[in-house]
Amino acid sequence: MKTTLVLISSLLAVTGTGIGQERDYQLELPDTPGEAPRFTPPPDSAIPDNQFGEMVRRGRDLFINTQQLRGKYVGNDLNCVNCHVDAGRRADSAPLWAAYTMYPAYRGKNDRVNTMEERIQGCFRYSMNGKPPPSGSEELTAILTYHYWLAKGAPTGVALAGRGYPKLDSPDKTPAIRRGQQVYQAQCTICHADDGQGRKAEGEHIFPPLWGEDSFNWGAGMHRINTAANFIHANMPLGKPYSLSEQEAWDVAAYINSHERPQDPRNDGDLKTTDQTFHNHQCYYGDKINDAVLGSQAYPNPFE
Amino acid sequence: MKLWPVIPLLAVVSHIAMAAGDVETGKQIAMQGNNQGATACVACHGANGQGNASAGFPRLAGLNAAYLGKQLRDYRNGSRDNPTMNPIAAALDDVASRDVAAYYAGLDPVGDSTKRKESASGRTLALRGDWDNTIPACVSCHGPGGRGVAPAFPALAGQHASYIKAQLQAWRAGKRRNDANELMKVVAERMSDEQIQAVADYFAAAPVQPDTGAEQ
Repeated sequence: MKTTLVLISSLLAVTGTGIGQERDYQLELPDTPGEAPRFTPPPDSAIPDNQFGEMVRRGRDLFINTQQLRGKYVGNDLNCVNCHVDAGRRADSAPLWAAYTMYPAYRGKNDRVNTMEERIQGCFRYSMNGKPPPSGSEELTAILTYHYWLAKGAPTGVALAGRGYPKLDSPDKTPAIRRGQQVYQAQCTICHADDGQGRKAEGEHIFPPLWGEDSFNWGAGMHRINTAANFIHANMPLGKPYSLSEQEAWDVAAYINSHERPQDPRNDGDLKTTDQTFHNHQCYYGDKINDAVLGSQAYPNPFE
Repeated sequence: MKLWPVIPLLAVVSHIAMAAGDVETGKQIAMQGNNQGATACVACHGANGQGNASAGFPRLAGLNAAYLGKQLRDYRNGSRDNPTMNPIAAALDDVASRDVAAYYAGLDPVGDSTKRKESASGRTLALRGDWDNTIPACVSCHGPGGRGVAPAFPALAGQHASYIKAQLQAWRAGKRRNDANELMKVVAERMSDEQIQAVADYFAAAPVQPDTGAEQ
């Protein structure tokens, strides 16, 4: 049954939408216009002391310490806040308030209306290498409620300044893994360590692993070199936004994403088909890097 | 692998720099100094490495060895400046520095969470940061409860407020410069006097062991 479905969808992908067109469920929203309105989310101190407020706090708590869902819905060592700085409040760090007002949204690429809930579920499936919390579950409701709270007062359906990560121009030089390694050694190892596995204290990752079995999988948006470059330039090193040159951000994003990581959950066993169907973007999945084809040694999803 | 010979080389260098020191030798230096001219650490840092709040001498007990060793090397080579510590560190070679660091790292951390009232604004800054001013939460680098993340980020919990305050002011003024990639400098430069005081008070009163307080 499952195999049949996967086969059909793969066939559809190849024949129906045509080779070269992307069928990717963790879609990027269209660009925010340059003169988009600004928005400031309400402060934590304004969270009401009632049952609604409790759900907001629960969502915030899950967002900051997502590891409390490890083994239930989370399959790696990451927390939401690793890629959404300041608990999802910070502009240019994929703030929740700017995403919330853009859903539900129709996407031609997967030909359906995608909801905010589904978008969050996608984060669990890919970025957290886990299992999506079901619609109606306390966890998903809490995280969704936290989104809603942060977006309180924002215009619905209007692209807001600071949404997503600021899009970098194409680099002068094609991103290079070797140059990126030099940037990594100079700027990133203090926190993320030589081997990219981050650093722990008291048994918890304080600095997240950037590749390997405990990091995001090959379906997560961050495995794309452009997405990672955009994030890095605006947010890394933590506390030093925009300190790397754009070229350095591109190069170090290439280096980070040139390592093996957990498998794309849409992979049905055929790397080439998965690559052609879902990876027609800037990434190294299915590419031969350093004598090995990335994705061929990918780590399994712990829930499958 | 063949493309990147720099990795094993760096691994060897950092292994040498971070090799474990000898605790007994370190203890002897801490208690008595050495014949190269280093005075006894205990004279200022206390019999148990607890430091001295009124004099602004830091607690050393329980700080991670790599951090302590680096500070001694930095005092010796002048990349950290302090008229008291520079000549003492000059009398401690790499091996002696590692030994002293290993001794203090092995001591139980000493804190004083009874004296001070916790600062609410300090708590917010420590646990959440002040992102309107691009100040990350202290704990995002200094670990849960500010109890440190080896090797580069020292424990702040239980450190004397006078010392934390003096260091933040030194970073802000450009007088302390031995942090990696200026990560502390850029944050300190964005902090107000009130924030420095509040966060110093907060961490001075923070528990030095996990699970003893209601941390985030």
